Amino acid sequence: MSRNQPTISKGVDQVMIWLYLLLVGIGLLAIFAVTYREGDPVLASFLGFKTDYSKQAFFFVLAAILATFILLTDSKFFTATANIWYAFGMLLMLLVFPFHSEVKGTESIIRFGSIQFQPAEFCKVSVCLALAKYLSRPDTDFTKGRSQLIAAGIALLPAVLSILQSETGLALVYFAFFLVMYREGLSPTVLIVGFSAAVLVIATILMEPNTLAIVLTIIAALTAWSMRRQIRRRKSVLVSIVLVWLLCVGVQRFAVPFIFQNVLQKHQVERIFTLFGTDNPYSGVPSEVQAASGVKKEAVSDYNVKQSKIAIGSGGVLGKGLLKGTQTRYDFVPEQRTDFIFCTIGEGFGFVGTTTLLLIYLFLLFRIAIIAERQRSVFSRVYAYGVASVFFFHIAINVAMTVGLAPVIGIPLPFVSYGGTSLITFTILLFILIRLDADRQMVLR
Amino acid sequence: MSVFNQSRTYIIRIIFFATFLVILAQLFNLQVLSSKYQQLAQENAVFRKVVYPPRGIVYDREGRAIVNNTLIYDLMVTPSEMRNVDTAYMCQLLEIDTAEFRKRVITAIIKNGRYRPTAFESLLAPEKYARLEENMWRFGSGFFLQERPVRTYPFNAGAHFMGYIGEADSGIINRSGGFYKPGDYVGRSGIEAYYERMLMGQRGVQFLIKDNRNRLVGSYENGEFDSAAIAGRGVQTFIDIEVQQLAEKLMTNKVGAVVAIEPKTGGIIAMVSGPNFSPEALTGPNFKKTYSKFVLDVSRPLLNRAIKGQYPPGSTFKPLGGLVALDQGLITAGFGYPCGGRYYACGIGKPGCTHAGGGHAADLRRAIANSCNSYFTHVYRMAVDNPKWGNVKDGYAKWQEYMNAFGLGIRLGVDLPSEDRGNIPDTARYNKVYRNTWSSCTNLTLGIGQDMMTATPLQLANAMCVIANKGYYYTPHIVKSVDNETPQDTILHKFRQKHEVLTHIPDSAFNAIIWGMQDVVTAGTARAAAIPGINICAKTGTAQNFRIIGGKKVELNENSMFVAFAPRENPKIAIAVVVENAGYGSTSAAPIASLLMEKYLNDTLRPESIKKADAMAARNLMPSILKREQFIFDSLRAVEWFKITKDSAYLRKFWNSTREEQRKRDSINNANKKADTPTAPKPQRVAYHLFEAVLPQEHFMNAGKPTTTHVA
Repeated sequence: MSRNQPTISKGVDQVMIWLYLLLVGIGLLAIFAVTYREGDPVLASFLGFKTDYSKQAFFFVLAAILATFILLTDSKFFTATANIWYAFGMLLMLLVFPFHSEVKGTESIIRFGSIQFQPAEFCKVSVCLALAKYLSRPDTDFTKGRSQLIAAGIALLPAVLSILQSETGLALVYFAFFLVMYREGLSPTVLIVGFSAAVLVIATILMEPNTLAIVLTIIAALTAWSMRRQIRRRKSVLVSIVLVWLLCVGVQRFAVPFIFQNVLQKHQVERIFTLFGTDNPYSGVPSEVQAASGVKKEAVSDYNVKQSKIAIGSGGVLGKGLLKGTQTRYDFVPEQRTDFIFCTIGEGFGFVGTTTLLLIYLFLLFRIAIIAERQRSVFSRVYAYGVASVFFFHIAINVAMTVGLAPVIGIPLPFVSYGGTSLITFTILLFILIRLDADRQMVLR
Repeated sequence: MSVFNQSRTYIIRIIFFATFLVILAQLFNLQVLSSKYQQLAQENAVFRKVVYPPRGIVYDREGRAIVNNTLIYDLMVTPSEMRNVDTAYMCQLLEIDTAEFRKRVITAIIKNGRYRPTAFESLLAPEKYARLEENMWRFGSGFFLQERPVRTYPFNAGAHFMGYIGEADSGIINRSGGFYKPGDYVGRSGIEAYYERMLMGQRGVQFLIKDNRNRLVGSYENGEFDSAAIAGRGVQTFIDIEVQQLAEKLMTNKVGAVVAIEPKTGGIIAMVSGPNFSPEALTGPNFKKTYSKFVLDVSRPLLNRAIKGQYPPGSTFKPLGGLVALDQGLITAGFGYPCGGRYYACGIGKPGCTHAGGGHAADLRRAIANSCNSYFTHVYRMAVDNPKWGNVKDGYAKWQEYMNAFGLGIRLGVDLPSEDRGNIPDTARYNKVYRNTWSSCTNLTLGIGQDMMTATPLQLANAMCVIANKGYYYTPHIVKSVDNETPQDTILHKFRQKHEVLTHIPDSAFNAIIWGMQDVVTAGTARAAAIPGINICAKTGTAQNFRIIGGKKVELNENSMFVAFAPRENPKIAIAVVVENAGYGSTSAAPIASLLMEKYLNDTLRPESIKKADAMAARNLMPSILKREQFIFDSLRAVEWFKITKDSAYLRKFWNSTREEQRKRDSINNANKKADTPTAPKPQRVAYHLFEAVLPQEHFMNAGKPTTTHVA
């Protein structure tokens, strides 16, 4: 290791830096395409921070400064302070409850003067670090159930707080950390069970309760019949089948309705039902009335997805060109700059543009995974997978919701969506990883 | 531990990859496979604004504009911008109440949304416009006046052939295959309809961008796809608007038609149908009011009798009968018939003749001058029984061919929509009526323009052209030329084709007929039509007029017919006049035709003619039966309305007026009895009995029961 190189660039993964700059650049361009109007004085408004793209550029400068500081920090600092970060994050989350300000149906935002701050965003960094710290502890044996529970607790505590702040979308992000835990030895059964549970919930939404109960019973009966030999040997197999069956029926009969009625927000329930194209039986309006009125069907989220699909679909193969998109430029798609920024790229640059962007993202994720695997310390690896999981979840859900594959959950597209908190959070996430990676040779934890 | 779970790193990458693959597949589906989103986006964001060009102007033969465009205003409202509106004052100006005001605003919002302007009141009457214009500042930016071109008629004449324009209905839109869109104005009749594609011009389209609230925010792609509106092409006609005006004046309060044609070109100089109306009555704000009124009028003012009225031509047909025989070589100009006052050749002594003996039919010229029924009946029979064609049926078929060549019994193809063909029955028709056994005696009155023969005034005038031209005609037409004509404009080609009808008649024979017709004016029945210094050739006609009323065939006063052309040496005008219910041809139709010919040929009227014209215009020859028919028609409608609404107010009006009339008549009768002055019995008397038969008193008592009475 030569000491001639400046410390900041030593060992830094150049590819990541370029990817980062590329994505932020695409984001700025997209936000510019949405908000720029013919005849706007670009330079004047840019310097005056009056427009969204100039604000985003300002956030980028802020993020770049932060990133530089992170790169200048010793990586030991992060391992040492991981728990403090977590505590700090949780404190911020708790501060929201007394100090939040009402913004668009969410109670998760703190406002200092003109600056808005969303702790639930920032907490991703805390969780990433804390999870890495916990899993890298020498006395953590992740094969043990207790450790797994604690890890899940670390990940899901902010999710619970987030739900309490009516910010379900961000809460779901924390489930992404199960991917990290899977990598670190969590049984695939957990993922499979989780996936099955999701299937069960979707089936509950789509099917008549009685039909689903019958189907579940038939599945249980078939399972029991196919495993009759094992059952003959051990009666407990039959018992467990019956228990699973009971659990499933219980979930579809009681748990799901309970969650829809008491846990989730009305608009979230509406969005979920809209996604699956069925009437919302929990809206309090009888379905006959819903069908008769006709107006109800065109719910807000339905409108969003429709307009978003129109915008993306109308882009065609090559797109309409920058600043030519009629759908995205004339406010047909709501939340255009933030959650639905992908439409702008879809309309302006077509299939070629969206594919390119997705490939860039995929490359980023693979790059992070490769970086993760080359780490010598568990901390760095867990942290890297944490970053990958968070990015993956954000990208997949955000893009899937704009193309109508996922419910409308208000989560931003990393580096591209407008928003200071999210840009800075993702920058911190990424640059801590770059810093840790830069020091992978030096530290052996 | 890292070694322990090494395989899972690949599984995670597979999860990443698989998820992205699913999303990419959906993107491929949305952006590449599915094309509906492009269209949806267009509908979302691009507003197609149609720019209406001004319609083409119509000129008369002197180049005077007889149909022009003027601007009329719509009051538009943009609900989202309604602020500080002096509602009370606006309601006062528009003569509506505040409830109506609210209703209109709500309708506007439903129709076009809050952010786009909608017509609050369309086609403002001029005085309303003037009052609004002065006070627009009181109504804020939510209201504005938008101009819209409307047809105007500087000479206020020619309603029937000009036609009118109206909004395209669903039928027109469907038939046009999407060319017309709802809200477009199209020519609905007359030359407005016939020359629609030329008069309408080319609509311009502006593509404008709208935002998510439907506000228009600018032009799409800097107007790259916009097309400018091209004004409709001007149309030159043969109409002499002054003659037309005079003709309309003369036809006031008369039912019938006038058609004047320039024989050398087939150009129509004037065309009037009575009862007439002002063309302004069907423009702009007037349309709604007048159209329904006209539809409910039993005298049917909207009917263009010049091309749709079917009249037995009567004696006016005789010259044609002569021509057929001449062309077939059956007679010469010297052919005579010994008429003794009746036609006995078929054994029944019919038809009778107004003249008896004295050699009044000694040759063709004299037969025409004296309008000898026997002569032309005989000539007709000769033509039909011509041994050359074998039997009577083939002979008749040949005769019918001649008629069709004259333009009778077929549509002439005038440049007006929905022309009628009149009636020259074919052999099949006679076979059916007479069960296959008929001879030339059966339908001998065809020779004098009766039997089942009917013709439109246009056909009669055209037949005059054939005589005036000595054997040919051009299809009558109104339009001379269209501005900027190109070879692609085939619409006028057929009017420039000569129709050779008669080719075997020497000039001398033609002259016999023409001189005979001149004699009609100098010494015959049409002396009333004479104009000093001009040789007029004419023929009067008087046709019986039957109408079925209340299931009974009633004979009304005869139709007065007159056909003529002038001057004899170089015919410049051929004319046909029909006045229904006006008696002899010489009394009404002849003076009208004479005045029109004088006006056209001399360009002005003599002082005594002006007096004559005024007297003629003042004559009311509306059939008295119309009043009665109107009453029956209206009261039947009242009964229908009463059945639907159970509102006796509809009936009350008729009920009261009937009683009042009765009382009036009684008092008049009593007065007459007292004064003991002999007066003619009033024809209306029958009428009211008829009416009472139609609407017996029970209807007023147990209204609501279905009535069995009806009027054909």
